[in-house]
Amino acid sequence: MNQGIHFLPETASAHAGEMDWLFAGLMITSAMILALVFGLMLVFCVRYRRNSGAERGNRLGKTWRVEVGWTVATFVLFLGLYFWGANLYLKLHRPPDDTTDIFVVAKQWMWKVEHPSGQREINELHVPVDRPIRLVMTSQDVIHDFAVPAFRIRRDVLPGRYESMWFRPTKVGQYRLFCAEFCGTEHAHMTGIVTVMEQGDYQRWLDAQGPGETLVAQGAALFRQYGCSGCHGPAGTVHAPPLEGLFGRPVPLADGSMVTADEGYIRDSILLPKSRIAAGYPAIMPSYDGQIGEEDLFKLVSYVKSLGNASPGAGERPAP
Amino acid sequence: MTATSPDRAVTARPAAQPPNYLTEGGSTLRSWLLTHDHKRIAILYALTITVFFFFGGAAAAMIRLNLVTPPGIFAADTYNRLFSIHGIVMVWFFLIPSIPNTLGNFLLPMMIGAKDLAFPRINLLSWYLFVVAGVVALVAVIAGGVDTGWTFYTPFSTMYSNSYVILAISAVFISGFSSILTGLNFIVTVHRLRAPGMTWYRLPIFVWSNYSTAIILVLATPVLAITLALLAVERLLQVGIFDPALGGDPLLFQHLFWFYSHPAVYIMILPGFGVISEVVPCFSRKPIFGYKFVAWASVSFTAVSFLVWAHHMFVAGMSVYAALVFSLLSYIIAVPSAIKVFNWTATLHKGWISFDAPMLYALGFIGLFTTGGLSGLFTANLAFDVHVTDTYFVVAHFHYIMVGGMVSAYFAGLHFWWPKITGRIYHEWWARIAALLIFVGFNLTFFPQFILGYLGMERRYHSYPPEFQFWNILSSAGASILALGYVMPLFYLTWSLYRGQRAGANPWAATGLEWTTPSPPPKHNFDKTPTVTRPPYQYRPEPEPQDAQGHA
Ligand code: HEM
Ligand SMILES: [Cu+2]
Repeated sequence: MNQGIHFLPETASAHAGEMDWLFAGLMITSAMILALVFGLMLVFCVRYRRNSGAERGNRLGKTWRVEVGWTVATFVLFLGLYFWGANLYLKLHRPPDDTTDIFVVAKQWMWKVEHPSGQREINELHVPVDRPIRLVMTSQDVIHDFAVPAFRIRRDVLPGRYESMWFRPTKVGQYRLFCAEFCGTEHAHMTGIVTVMEQGDYQRWLDAQGPGETLVAQGAALFRQYGCSGCHGPAGTVHAPPLEGLFGRPVPLADGSMVTADEGYIRDSILLPKSRIAAGYPAIMPSYDGQIGEEDLFKLVSYVKSLGNASPGAGERPAP
Repeated sequence: MTATSPDRAVTARPAAQPPNYLTEGGSTLRSWLLTHDHKRIAILYALTITVFFFFGGAAAAMIRLNLVTPPGIFAADTYNRLFSIHGIVMVWFFLIPSIPNTLGNFLLPMMIGAKDLAFPRINLLSWYLFVVAGVVALVAVIAGGVDTGWTFYTPFSTMYSNSYVILAISAVFISGFSSILTGLNFIVTVHRLRAPGMTWYRLPIFVWSNYSTAIILVLATPVLAITLALLAVERLLQVGIFDPALGGDPLLFQHLFWFYSHPAVYIMILPGFGVISEVVPCFSRKPIFGYKFVAWASVSFTAVSFLVWAHHMFVAGMSVYAALVFSLLSYIIAVPSAIKVFNWTATLHKGWISFDAPMLYALGFIGLFTTGGLSGLFTANLAFDVHVTDTYFVVAHFHYIMVGGMVSAYFAGLHFWWPKITGRIYHEWWARIAALLIFVGFNLTFFPQFILGYLGMERRYHSYPPEFQFWNILSSAGASILALGYVMPLFYLTWSLYRGQRAGANPWAATGLEWTTPSPPPKHNFDKTPTVTRPPYQYRPEPEPQDAQGHA
């Protein structure tokens, strides 16, 4: 991040390397087209300038074949570029199974980060090198956008939703983090630093932050505090779906459709329980909209996720 | 100095001008403000948008000044208001009306052999709406400005911005009605008022492209109006439409907005294609290469321009599948643009090319539009766009298309038809210098922004990390050259009004119907409705030897 003249950004994630190849491909293609168009224009302008003696001969050749020819050629070339980019984009949207999930809350004008083991930071993000990291992000107010050019990733962070994005940092160092979606007065200062550390250093850093309670543990406490356990807990008196083994599985809904229980579904079930009702249960859950802040929501979601992970074998959900 | 050379049809200054649209009907302010003549209305538009162009340009100058140093010189809020008003004014008060409402208004009826547009009064009404919209926009600025950017993204614009959002969107809303009326007028005119013999395949490409533009104006603008109305409802009445805190959908606005604004990009560029398709054949003395392909490419833009809006939203939280489809469609729509460029280039082949000012602007257009278009291959590419969207790469991309492209085309057209509109010839040498300065200044200003964007400089930043400074300084330096280039025509064109040589009916020896009537044209364009017997662009090779003199 030193001063001076830069031509290319740093390349610090697995994805960044692949993106640079795509960039090279795009550059070469467009350089060729540019050379062709500019070259022809220049040659024609010089050769056929008004008072040149160039041979003009038969001026009106057939245009049919030429038109079809270059239309098809352009089309094929463009399709190639499309598939290359689409393929890489798909990869960017398919995180591996073993990601470390870190929560990010954006608000005017700061980034709040929570690690799974409970550490929090503001406008900074510490991550271990060579590990797939998945960010689960939401906003407390307007749309923001989490962008790390050295990783070649960015994604809008919307209020009222979870957006996620993953990367695998490959180079130890510090990289800039920007907010890329205009979000008000201090938009340009809604920036931060991503620090990529060796595994050992990362562990030491985590420990030095003080052994906080994990998000799951905090979530468990909230689960009781907000009264969720009254219905969903083992001693529940009301007919509510059990949450064990829920995360990541398809859930049949009352309207006959299916959803996969991801973070977004859990979030919606807490805030907008009437919007997607699980099949076989009365729609009696109250909405917690406006009562639970984004950070507590994360903790609750983490807790529900952990219930899923805790009993991976608990295949079928008990019949209602 | 071709235009003043003896072989061109430059008449000696006659004692008195024949009656024309400038003199007939009086020259009082009242006669202008109540005119129904499409040519006078075109002039009214030209004056208005010139004011807006320099107003938006002044904001651009301050933006670039601020970005010379990383911390900037303006307060964050001031800067945010500057780039917002720059964008709003340039898009709605310059780019969208520029060619259709000035050159289109002036030329469309003449090119098809008509006396006027189909609805002359509505034409005047649409100018008044435009002026009212402009005044409202200026009031918004004077009241304290707006800080949402020209895109008005929600929920920032509805719930969080404490600037004059309602005034600003009212301005845009009103200008939308002006657009719709102009569009309707053009469509009906082209359908109903063509002279005998003026079949569809005898229409100049300029008419085809303004016709296509008009269709987009009529179909897309209502969506914008509805979107802005919804925005106002949420902001004023706190009804949850876009803000999730009220139960709304934050992405809905973007879908609606781009459903208008992507086609709007074609509103901004299609008329430019039309101008270039007139200028290049004229100065190459050749019919346009592949006339029917070019004509139908214009029309096909209208259809496909509605299918790619979501390529502005690849990182906005759309589904992956939607992104895959929109990227594919964007690549498909790039093909007709490529056809146009190839056809203009091929038109030069075996021509008798001369480099008068309109042609220089047109060649500049082809170069800048091609570069901008190719950078579109980058931004339409899913994986690549993830890295550059919302950065200066995108700022560079759209300036290459809209400023390098559209503004160059507007200048090409203005210089080409200036003798027709005013009856005078400007100083060719100065015009060529300006064209050159604009080309050089433009590239110096905006090429560094591609690099900045790839490095990761985000747009709408009033201050930035120091490692981006070098390219920002270069860009600002280029902007001062560009500004000079844009100011020059103001002087030599004004000068030509008073001291310029009189132009004959057809100083460029061009073939369109508009050149068959005197310059400036009489009030009703033609003494007698012309009958068309030939396709357009019947350029003949220059009569060789005697012409060679005077073209050093
Ligand atoms: C001297 C010429 C110009 C310069 C130096 C210039 C500079 C800029 C800059 C630096 C931005 C980015 C602002 C930001 O995102 O922070 C910008 C945005 C923009 N410019 Fe220009 N500009 C120029 C001319 C024009 C012209 C002629 C037009 C249209 C005809 C135009 C249309 C726009 C639009 C639509 C935006 C987007 C505004 C937004 O981000 O909300 N610009 N311009
Ligand atoms: Cu932000």
